[in-house]
Amino acid sequence: MSGTPSYVPKSAIGKWFESRLPIMGLVHSSFVAFPVPRNLNYLWTFGAILAFMLGAQIVTGVILAMHYVPSATEAFASVEHIMRDVNFGWLIRYLHTNGASMFFFAVYVHMFRGIYYGSYKAPREVLWILGVIIYLLMMATAFMGYVLPWGSMSFAGATVITNLFTAIPLVGTGVAHWLWGGYAVGDPTLNRFFSLHYLLPFMIAGVVGLHIWALHVSGQNNPEGVEVKDVERDTVAFTPYATIKDLFGVSVFLIVYAWFVFYIPTYLLDADNSVQANPLVTPAHIVPEWYLLPFYAILRAIPNKLVGVVALGAAIVLLAFLPWLDTSSVKSGKYRPVFRVFFWLFVACCVGLGYLGSQEVSDTATLIARILALGYFGFLLVVLPLLGVFEKTKPLPASIADAVLAKTKPAEAVAPPASH
Amino acid sequence: MSSAVIENPNRRDFLFITTAAVGAVGAASVAWPLIDQMNPDASTLALSSIEVDLSPIAEGQIVTVKWRGGPVFVRHRTKKEIDDAVNTPLSELKDPQTDQARVQKPEWLIVSGVCTHLGCVPLGHEGQYDGWKCPCHGSVYDTSGRIRQGPAPLNLPVPEYAFLTATKVKIG
Ligand code: HEM
Ligand code: FES
Repeated sequence: MSGTPSYVPKSAIGKWFESRLPIMGLVHSSFVAFPVPRNLNYLWTFGAILAFMLGAQIVTGVILAMHYVPSATEAFASVEHIMRDVNFGWLIRYLHTNGASMFFFAVYVHMFRGIYYGSYKAPREVLWILGVIIYLLMMATAFMGYVLPWGSMSFAGATVITNLFTAIPLVGTGVAHWLWGGYAVGDPTLNRFFSLHYLLPFMIAGVVGLHIWALHVSGQNNPEGVEVKDVERDTVAFTPYATIKDLFGVSVFLIVYAWFVFYIPTYLLDADNSVQANPLVTPAHIVPEWYLLPFYAILRAIPNKLVGVVALGAAIVLLAFLPWLDTSSVKSGKYRPVFRVFFWLFVACCVGLGYLGSQEVSDTATLIARILALGYFGFLLVVLPLLGVFEKTKPLPASIADAVLAKTKPAEAVAPPASH
Repeated sequence: MSSAVIENPNRRDFLFITTAAVGAVGAASVAWPLIDQMNPDASTLALSSIEVDLSPIAEGQIVTVKWRGGPVFVRHRTKKEIDDAVNTPLSELKDPQTDQARVQKPEWLIVSGVCTHLGCVPLGHEGQYDGWKCPCHGSVYDTSGRIRQGPAPLNLPVPEYAFLTATKVKIG
């Protein structure tokens, strides 16, 4: 609420410190007094869930690194050593491995939320682009992490992904040798991936800082997609309202996470990765981790190497251009009846591509993957730009407060607002 | 303030440009070692050749050997496999090359075991042409290691090799 006073330290030492480094004031204005729209639903708790997961990955990862050995001859055995000998090693590793999946699940919910409610539109373009950068860094981190246990799927994944660069005309092979530090994926590759896998999460943390800074400049979007007009009527204070709701969201999420870790810890793992890497043999059926499957399916759907690689990259990079591809001035899908249908079709394309990415190549699977890939790009490049011109949107509520009150008190909904 | 005429370009412009130029050269020469350290190192480059004994490889058999950290296929081809490769019209090939250009002795085919699509190791005696088929995205190679179907753009490359004796080759 706007009436919340700015932070005034109570103790003498607090005052002394605050006048030298006003950090408590920053925390107070960002996480206590910060006004949040009063109509946020649970999809808005995923930001907090993501922040939690980043912390969890860093804590479990730093611990794993105390026992892990980044060497082609010893890495596989060192992970087995973590699983069998290190006290609670199995727990830490399963938390880290399943944590990566939970992290991606959360980021996908967070991103689809952003698309559905048009959260990338002005004034939140930079906020959105920072998000896409985080997503790219997450994919790089997870990919390199997956290489570390040096199982046969680790090796195949490292080979296929680094070979994407060989599609670059002229310099491609040189770039690949540079990435590998050799003529194939090997010991030097594993060592540098470990170094980068340790580094990137901290870079993610840095970009998350910028992401939250940008968020606190523009304020949060909300399910109605109309901006805050009157802080007094449209918002509530971050603490206690959002803090408690976020904590509840994180707790429910943790139940699911714990269920994976304790009951089905290997459900998302690939049995082939329990076989040590052998550079002379590729497993019969290679699949990436589930969170990369849609992109993998797009790559496989295209019969030409260079075009396939470009399409794979475009599928990700295009997301950064969403603020300009989506030409509609109405943000929330709630008021965009046609967009809403296409949005769910887009989600279906992504899920369908993910499924096909996990299946063996066959003519029908490839055909369907092509149709779905067309759907994916069609949504971004054709549907979104055109809808802004042709779609007839529903009338927007005058304010967040009006929308909320209309829902809770239908009778007196349009009672004259107290003040303006 | 003096009323001296300021020439254009003046001394400041000169200093600015020379400083920036020296700075750019300095930055580039510091950046290069930081980048180049990732290239294959001296010990990797030193492992450049291996010798393979052909005598135990039976006709029809494919042996995979490790050269520069990756697989190389040594295939003792049967008469039929050779004929199939030789009789394939160039017009049917995606990356046209005659079989003769890819072997030194027709019965011995020596090719890299790295799929030219994204680097998986293809499986021998598989696929429509009984050459190789890649488990990753389904590229199919014939008995000359030439790409016939699928996303891979090029034939399996032939490494540099030489017959030291009738039953011994040096690869690399
Ligand atoms: C953005 C956060 C992170 C993500 C998404 C992530 C993801 C992953 C993944 C997918 C694996 C493979 C697990 C497996 O197959 O068993 C892995 C392994 C590993 N990660 Fe991380 N990681 C993150 C942060 C970190 C950090 C901060 C460290 C600290 C050094 C770290 C250290 C390790 C180690 C040592 C392994 C190898 C052991 C193993 O495979 O279980 N990770 N990571
Ligand atoms: S790596 Fe062989 S077909 Fe893709």
